[in-house]
Amino acid sequence: MALLQISEPGESSAPHQRRLAVGIDLGTTNSLVASVRSGEAICLPDERGRSLLPSVVHYDGNQVLVGYEARALQAVDPLNTIASVKRLMGRGQEDVTRLANVVPHEFVAAEASTVPRIRTAGGDFSAVEISGEILKCLAQRAEQSLGGGPEGVVITVPAYFDDAQRQATRDAARFAGLNLFRLLNEPTAAAVAYGLDQDADGLIAVYDLGGGTFDISILRLNKGVFEVLATGGDSSLGGDDMDHALGEWIVEQAGFSDIDAVLARKILIAARSAKEQLSHGDSATISIDHAQPWQAEIERAQFSDLIEPLVRKTLSACRRALRDAGIDKQEIAEVVMVGGSTRVPLVQTMVGDFFGRKPMCELDPDQVVALGASIQADILAGNKPDSDMLLLDVLPLSLGIETMGGLCEKIIERNTAIPVARAQEFTTFKDGQTAMSIHVVQGERELVSDCRSLARFELRGFPPMVAGAARIRVTYQVDADGLMSVTAEETTSGVAADIVVKPSYGLTDQEIETMLRASMDHAREDIEARMLREQQVEARRVIEAIDAALVQDGEALLSESELSAIRLKRNELEERLESAGSDELKQLIKAVEQVSETYVARRMNASVRQALAGKQIDEVDV
Amino acid sequence: MAIHLSDIAASRVQHFLENRGKGIGLRLGVKTTGCSGLAYVIEFVDELQEDDEVFETKGVKVVVDKKSLVFLDGTEVDFAKVGLNEGFQFKNPNAKDACGCGESFTV
Repeated sequence: MALLQISEPGESSAPHQRRLAVGIDLGTTNSLVASVRSGEAICLPDERGRSLLPSVVHYDGNQVLVGYEARALQAVDPLNTIASVKRLMGRGQEDVTRLANVVPHEFVAAEASTVPRIRTAGGDFSAVEISGEILKCLAQRAEQSLGGGPEGVVITVPAYFDDAQRQATRDAARFAGLNLFRLLNEPTAAAVAYGLDQDADGLIAVYDLGGGTFDISILRLNKGVFEVLATGGDSSLGGDDMDHALGEWIVEQAGFSDIDAVLARKILIAARSAKEQLSHGDSATISIDHAQPWQAEIERAQFSDLIEPLVRKTLSACRRALRDAGIDKQEIAEVVMVGGSTRVPLVQTMVGDFFGRKPMCELDPDQVVALGASIQADILAGNKPDSDMLLLDVLPLSLGIETMGGLCEKIIERNTAIPVARAQEFTTFKDGQTAMSIHVVQGERELVSDCRSLARFELRGFPPMVAGAARIRVTYQVDADGLMSVTAEETTSGVAADIVVKPSYGLTDQEIETMLRASMDHAREDIEARMLREQQVEARRVIEAIDAALVQDGEALLSESELSAIRLKRNELEERLESAGSDELKQLIKAVEQVSETYVARRMNASVRQALAGKQIDEVDV
Repeated sequence: MAIHLSDIAASRVQHFLENRGKGIGLRLGVKTTGCSGLAYVIEFVDELQEDDEVFETKGVKVVVDKKSLVFLDGTEVDFAKVGLNEGFQFKNPNAKDACGCGESFTV
């Protein structure tokens, strides 16, 4: 007997053609799957009623275990049990080597492929495959709960995820055999879950405090469209730090010394349980069963004092994000709370005081992202009539191109809403040039060496022309999932080349923040460096032009003394090319131009004479 | 002529209507698609149509168009859980034969 769900008016589908869709929150610690049933978004629980699935995968050679079973094996078999794989998504060998001290896994030295793989008893696996196992497990749960496989899924990613990390998430969906409708930013999903997309236009802050990470996002809702104005946070700040703070208090109060791993674990478990009790009650009992048993009461106020510095830290990240978005905190219309740690009363109070309004925390903060994703998936599957909700995301960092002198020319500015396509025209630097190397970079700095290289390709085979005559149109396109394609076309000849950017390694949110901060800290020197590089490029161009002209007709048009005067200034410029500052170079270039003025005029006359030689005045086109 | 809701079905419908925040009731009906001839329709109702009949049962307004009512008279709608799945079921005395999945039927 079929189990039917209530449809929107007029949206009933034919039997066996129900448009099932789910939203998946693929988290660092836990993952969830949600779906809209009879108009209500709900997280789908497993057989034991648990909606969270620990994002842990265990490989033992015979089978793959995902979730609680895998997590249980973490302590006994750490090498074959992989947790927090989200941190490895879209990362290359270099990044992973840096993490090697932090995670216990053995990475397979990759030669042919740049994707690092983790060695386990069941084989070598990439982050994409491991995440794919988590997705498969959730998809299976969805299939059992909905009475059929989902037609499509929406998977959430952090707003700061770069192209490589988004692509890796896409690949994981493909590996799991899922049809990905689209990726959705986590803060946007949370806002959708609260139905804020139906509200009046305004600014929304999404405060996401999880177990080990903190993210703040500032969104703007404009005519039903969400834009991410700014993101910020701390990738190593969360509820675990609260447990540690309370743990230290316990150690101090109990006077424990010689703390071994077992005792440390007991203390942390007791701390976490007390923290959870204090979310509902005014006091909690902490008892530690140890060689030296200990028990004590803790008041909520005491706990609040312990964690206050941590919460304060999140608020300074909020302040930075607001500054980055260029808005005042009074302008924020709603504050959405996400992540289990926002259950802590002090967090709610301090965030409320900071923004001057009561934060939204009615929905389960662990589920809110998955719920929003499922609402979006339901719309994309076509289960809602005349729904015009289109969710917009923005680029976390500017996308640019390398120009002469190692300078970065930004083609799409950071915080531009995607999907977006922007084109810019470039030209050749040298006479007879028939190829151009396109170097795609990401970042805010003026010099390419300070930005991140995404891709490099060549446009070859356009006809030789004088410098500056070729018209090369470079188009940058970023789709709704944040993936990028670049096309270069020489428009007079139609020669074109393109590339899809699947960068080999990613950036953490911290690195993005560092890059952003660096661009502000180095703003002045970056501009100076840019001006210097520009003058150097110009100087080289002047020297080349002079040399080429002198070879052609220098001796014919110039006297000995004129020639040596030009050579003198030219050589002075060349000598100082690498060492002079931009102002000095400018002066030197000017000097060369001044001394060559008469020469340039004579060349002009000579070429005019040549063009007119032997012609009657009426034959000349004017 | 009547249509019934089981207690649990009525309370689920009320919950879903409340959650949706609008709608006057639950539309039940049939349409001629599916592998066995007719298929059930179960939808929220925002506005009544001309030939709609409205039944009030257990606090829920059940809306059925006259054409569908012929095939649905005496039906009881239940809400069931099977494994991880859950949803509404039609117990229809008019149905002579249903396809394996139970989403469509013949009279």
